[in-house]
Amino acid sequence: MHAIEKILANKAGLDRVEAGQIVTCNIDFAEINDLYLQTVYSFWEMEGQKVFDKDKVAFVFDHYAPAPTINTAQIHKEMREFAKEQGLTHHFDINKGICHQVLPEAGLIYPGMIIVATDSHTTTHGAFGAFGTGIGATDMATVLISGKLWFRVPELINIEINGTPSKNAFAKDVILYILGKVKADGAVYKAIEFSGNYVEELGVSERMTICNMAVEMGAKTAYMKPNEGVINYVNSRTSKDYTIYETDNDYEYSEHLIFNIDGLEPQLAAPHSVDNNISIKDGIGTKIHQAFIGSCTGGRFEDIEAAWKILKGKKIHPNVRFVIIPASDEVQLSIIEKGYMRDLIKAGVTFSTPGCGPCLGTHAGIIADNEVCITSTNRNFPGRMGSSKASIYLASPATVAASALNGYITEPIV
Amino acid sequence: MKNIITGRAFVYGNNIDTDQIYPGRYLELVDPEDIKKHCLEGVDEKFAKEVREGDIVVAGTNFGCGSSREHAAITLKTSGVSIVLAESFARIFYRNATNLALPLMICRDISKKVKTGDILEVHVKEGYVINKTSDVKIQGEKISDYILNIVESGGIKKLFKEKG
Repeated sequence: MHAIEKILANKAGLDRVEAGQIVTCNIDFAEINDLYLQTVYSFWEMEGQKVFDKDKVAFVFDHYAPAPTINTAQIHKEMREFAKEQGLTHHFDINKGICHQVLPEAGLIYPGMIIVATDSHTTTHGAFGAFGTGIGATDMATVLISGKLWFRVPELINIEINGTPSKNAFAKDVILYILGKVKADGAVYKAIEFSGNYVEELGVSERMTICNMAVEMGAKTAYMKPNEGVINYVNSRTSKDYTIYETDNDYEYSEHLIFNIDGLEPQLAAPHSVDNNISIKDGIGTKIHQAFIGSCTGGRFEDIEAAWKILKGKKIHPNVRFVIIPASDEVQLSIIEKGYMRDLIKAGVTFSTPGCGPCLGTHAGIIADNEVCITSTNRNFPGRMGSSKASIYLASPATVAASALNGYITEPIV
Repeated sequence: MKNIITGRAFVYGNNIDTDQIYPGRYLELVDPEDIKKHCLEGVDEKFAKEVREGDIVVAGTNFGCGSSREHAAITLKTSGVSIVLAESFARIFYRNATNLALPLMICRDISKKVKTGDILEVHVKEGYVINKTSDVKIQGEKISDYILNIVESGGIKKLFKEKG
C-alpha cells in the first residue's frame, strides 16, 4: 500500500484498502473558513446539535479578514456565535491569517492525519505527510455532526522531481512548469506524491507551495514523505503523537512522471489558465498595473524575503501598485522583526493585514478592466482577482517583485 | 429524480472553473434566491436570465475545477438546471453537486455533439443521451450506485437525517 492508503485504512479501521474502494474515515481535524456560513446552516438543517469533538473543529476567518462589507460582517458574526456556543477550543478570527498557514503554525497539522477543510487548497498539508483535502459546505456539516466522511481511495501519480533549478527559479516556478506538462485536469480524482531529490531537500515553505498547487491539476490530495525539516517544524509546535507511514516497496503507481529541472528558468502561467505555462523569456516586457504577493501559495516569510532582497533600497515603478499580504500574523511579525516591512514600505509597497485578500477577488487589491496583474497566488481564471476583462500572470514572488520594480514582467536576478 | 430528463442544452468549453460558474465577488451572498442570479456569469452573462426549469448544462473536460465553493452547485441547482453533462468533472464540485442532488453524468465528446439550444433526452440510469435535435445517441458513463443513492434520496441532508 501507499502511505496515503495506509492513512485512509487506519482512519477507516481497515487492514487494507485499494484504489476505487469507498471508505468511511474518522477525521482528525475539520476547518471551516468564512466563505462557508452554509456549513452552519446545513448543520442545523440536518438537526445537528453538538460538533463531534470541540478540539477538532475550528473556524478560520481569512477570505474576508477583516470584513469588507456588511454581508461579510454578518457571516463572521454568525460563525463566531456558532463557535462560542459550541465551545470550540481553537478559533482563528480576523487577526490570525490564512487557514493553511495558521493551522500548521498552531501545531494542528502533523504526519499521518486526515485534515478536511472547506477550501480546495487543503492539499497544502501533504507537505507535512498529512492527508488533506478540500470539501464543500454540506460535506463539512456531515463531518461536524459525525466526525466521519466517505472517500474514494484515489489512484496515485508519482511526480518525481530531480535536479536543481537556476538560481533565479524557485519552488513556484517548478510547480508552474509541471502544471504546464500535467495540465489542469491531469490528476482529476487522483492523488499526487511528489518525490525525487529536489523534493527531499526542500524547506517547509517550498514544500507547502508545491503541494498547494497540486489541486490545480485536479488532485484530491498531495503527499510528500516528511523530511527532517518537516519533522523539526512539527515537533516544535505540537506534542501530539503521530505516525509517519511508509509506502511499500511493491506499491504500483498509476503513473510515474519524471521531471529533470536542472537549470530551469523562472516560469509563468499566462492568462487565463493555470496550465498555460510559458518560460519567463516569453513573457518579459509585458506591462503590468499591479503586483501581488500573498495567499496560501506565496505569502510566507521566504516569499516576502525574496521580494525584500530585490526591492531593498529601491523604488517600485510609479505606474505599478504592489500589494503584499503576509499569510499569517506570525509571518507578519517576523518580517517586522527583520525590518523587511519597513524597507518594503519605503520601496512603495502597500501592506494589508493577513488573509486571502485579492487572490480570490473579494477585497484588498481588486483589479479593473483591462489591467494586468502579476501575482504569487494560485489561479489566473477570468475574473479571479476582479474584472473578468483583466489579465493575471502567476509567477514566483521574486519575479513579482522584479516586475514591480520595472513596471513590466522581468526576470529576477537573485 | 426522474430517470429520463428532457431539456434544452447550454453548451460551454473545457475547464469551466468555479469562478466562471459563480464569481468570487458574490460569495458573500447566502440566500439561494440571490445566489441563482449570478449562475455561470463568468462565462455567459445571459445564462441566468435565459435559463428555465429543466435546462441542461453541457461542457467539456474538468467542469467545476478550482475552488470548493458550494455556491457553484447551489447556483446551478436553484436555477433549475436538471443535470450537467460533461467530459469530466472536478472532484470537489462532483461531491458538492451530488450532496445537493444535482445529477452529473460523464459523457465523452459531448461538447462536440451538442449545440446550445438542442433538445436532449438523458437516460440517467442507463447512462446515455439522445440529442433529439440531431437524432444522435451519445454514450455516457453510468453513475455509480453509491452516488446515485445520494442523488435519488434527494441529497445528503435528507439521507443523513434518515440514516445518520
